[in-house]
Amino acid sequence: MADLHKFANPNRFVRIARAVLPWSNIVTALLLISGLYLALFNSPADYQHGQSVRIMYVHVPSAWMSMSIYSFLFVASLVALIWRHPLAHLAARAAAPIGAGFTLVTLVTGSLWGKPGWGTWWVWDARLTSVLVLFFLYLGHIALTHAHDNPERGAKAAAILAIVGFVNVPIIKYSVDWWNTLHQGASVIRADGPSIDGSMLTPLLLMSLAFTTYFVSVLLIRIQSEINARKIQALQLSQAAG
Amino acid sequence: MTNQTTRNGTFAPMLALLGRDLRLSLASGGDSAMVVVFFVLAAILFPFGVGPESAVLTRIGSGVIWVTALLAVLLSVERLFLADYEDGSLELLALTPLPMEFLVLAKVAAHWLTTGLPLLVATPILGLLYHLPPAAFGPMILALMLGTPTLSLVGAIGSALTLGSRRGGVLLSLLVLPLYVPVLIFGTAVVDAAISGSGETAKTPIMILAALLLASLALAPWATAAAVRQALE
Amino acid sequence: MSGFEGRDLTCIRGGRLVFEGVNFAASPGQALLLRGPNGVGKSSLLRLMVGFLVPAAGTINWDGTPISSDRDAHGARSVYIGHLDALKLSLTGAQNLSFWARINGHGKDHVLAALERFGILHLADIPAQLMSAGQRKRLNLARLIAVPSPLWLMDEPVTSLDAEGSELIEDIMAVHLDAGGIVIAATHQDLLGNRATELRLTPVIGSEYGDLA
Repeated sequence: MADLHKFANPNRFVRIARAVLPWSNIVTALLLISGLYLALFNSPADYQHGQSVRIMYVHVPSAWMSMSIYSFLFVASLVALIWRHPLAHLAARAAAPIGAGFTLVTLVTGSLWGKPGWGTWWVWDARLTSVLVLFFLYLGHIALTHAHDNPERGAKAAAILAIVGFVNVPIIKYSVDWWNTLHQGASVIRADGPSIDGSMLTPLLLMSLAFTTYFVSVLLIRIQSEINARKIQALQLSQAAG
Repeated sequence: MTNQTTRNGTFAPMLALLGRDLRLSLASGGDSAMVVVFFVLAAILFPFGVGPESAVLTRIGSGVIWVTALLAVLLSVERLFLADYEDGSLELLALTPLPMEFLVLAKVAAHWLTTGLPLLVATPILGLLYHLPPAAFGPMILALMLGTPTLSLVGAIGSALTLGSRRGGVLLSLLVLPLYVPVLIFGTAVVDAAISGSGETAKTPIMILAALLLASLALAPWATAAAVRQALE
Repeated sequence: MSGFEGRDLTCIRGGRLVFEGVNFAASPGQALLLRGPNGVGKSSLLRLMVGFLVPAAGTINWDGTPISSDRDAHGARSVYIGHLDALKLSLTGAQNLSFWARINGHGKDHVLAALERFGILHLADIPAQLMSAGQRKRLNLARLIAVPSPLWLMDEPVTSLDAEGSELIEDIMAVHLDAGGIVIAATHQDLLGNRATELRLTPVIGSEYGDLA
């Protein structure tokens, strides 16, 4: 019974995760320390935003993360539905709350930045609204995964939702181009190269990398704990069966 | 007993399902009537909250009508697959020669005819209560005609996803309301443009509503069918 | 090979291994009875055969082609009788049955014949609401005649039927077998005497995550 399903035995994944985890933890710490140092002490204040520009070093990377984690959710859901890979369901289930967290950070830091910048905590413009919708999509995904007594069914339903909700991601990305919004346009990922100064770009990229490796670490931990929870359940089942 | 005898067209079976759903809706004694009553009652509550000044009502009228229409659709769409799921009919529907996507379309069509269409009929009354200028009525009906089928189609996804789940209704709102936002934005934009007096500016949001309808016609039956299939596992 | 067969089937539901390594085969004219205590996976095996569930391992073939390659065609060739009667209570017997005939692409021609065969012609114009549990079961079973299909998959077909009803369904199954049909039923009764072969399922212990070390 060692290999019921060719992917069902997650032990290989656990081995890889255990090998990767210490490294991703160390790299996250190094990137975060250097990024924060540059962002807070060694980069210029903005001529327009003043010191509050430093919020950007958290706001922009979390916004990127909120979208890339949703894209990850989308890909994992496709893999889960098409190839029925059980680990893909676990990955999606583990990733969604992290994505929701980054989206919340994006909204809160944006709001904090908006008050001194625009004079208001919130405006109903396309970029802000579509990110708020993204947050609700994450919440819906989390709620749906937990809404069924049979975890498999919840996972599949959530996967379909993740795929349908993916239409929102391009809307977020291009909302600043399609509509006139208060939110500023893209300044890093542009066809003609970044329009942002190197002294700001370096800490921004360091922070983004730090957030990415942080995501990898937390994701690995969460998937492992999901697997452990399943194993415990399986043990209880076999006890119940005598 | 070959497949040829069972596969004479997709249209007749779809009509059979559409007809059955319409007949059931009539037999159950006014599901549609309840939806319309909810629509009108909820919309009538707002003037009590914001005061009866004509200018204010005209300003918020289209938004109120759209939001209440959206909630009316949301409330009714929850039961779209539920009865068939609970009495075992959904399993047998999955075993017909017709692909599930077409069955979903037939059921959504029945849902729209019994909820969306009555809402359209009731809209002019609300337009009068909200002192909307006569010029806004036509665009508003057109916008609702394009928008409410989208609401039914997207709602069907949520309805199928929450089959057999705990907390179905609340969960359904959490899943579906964010996806309703674009329809709401462009639906009210149509009426606002018509009120501000330029027929030309109403054209763009109407085109976008039409595009949303086409996109959801293409995507929603597929997603709903997938959700129904997983609900039967 | 002609007929309906499954090989090396494994079923996992909700992280629980229901069964593994199950084989079955039924050729035209054969009946297969699924046996075993409650919870052993008879219903799950039937749902695999219908195509509602996908096996975690193994294949199910109809005339040598996997049923997963065309689910709609497989649905069209099977009639499934589950625990639920799939009736709309506000519709009459004839309306209920002719809906299932029409949506499966058949005319209404067999509907009255089907009601008569199951001894419920007098219920044709009666709403299902007013029928007893046994009458509803018969109305559900009448789909077997109204929607002619070669493969009958039945979960407890004789529960809530009286003795006469059980005999009736046994007769109807026998005629179906004579015509080259296949009957697969999960049941605790002895149906069809020596015309039926038995498949006995035994409980297994295990989980999706095989070794728990």
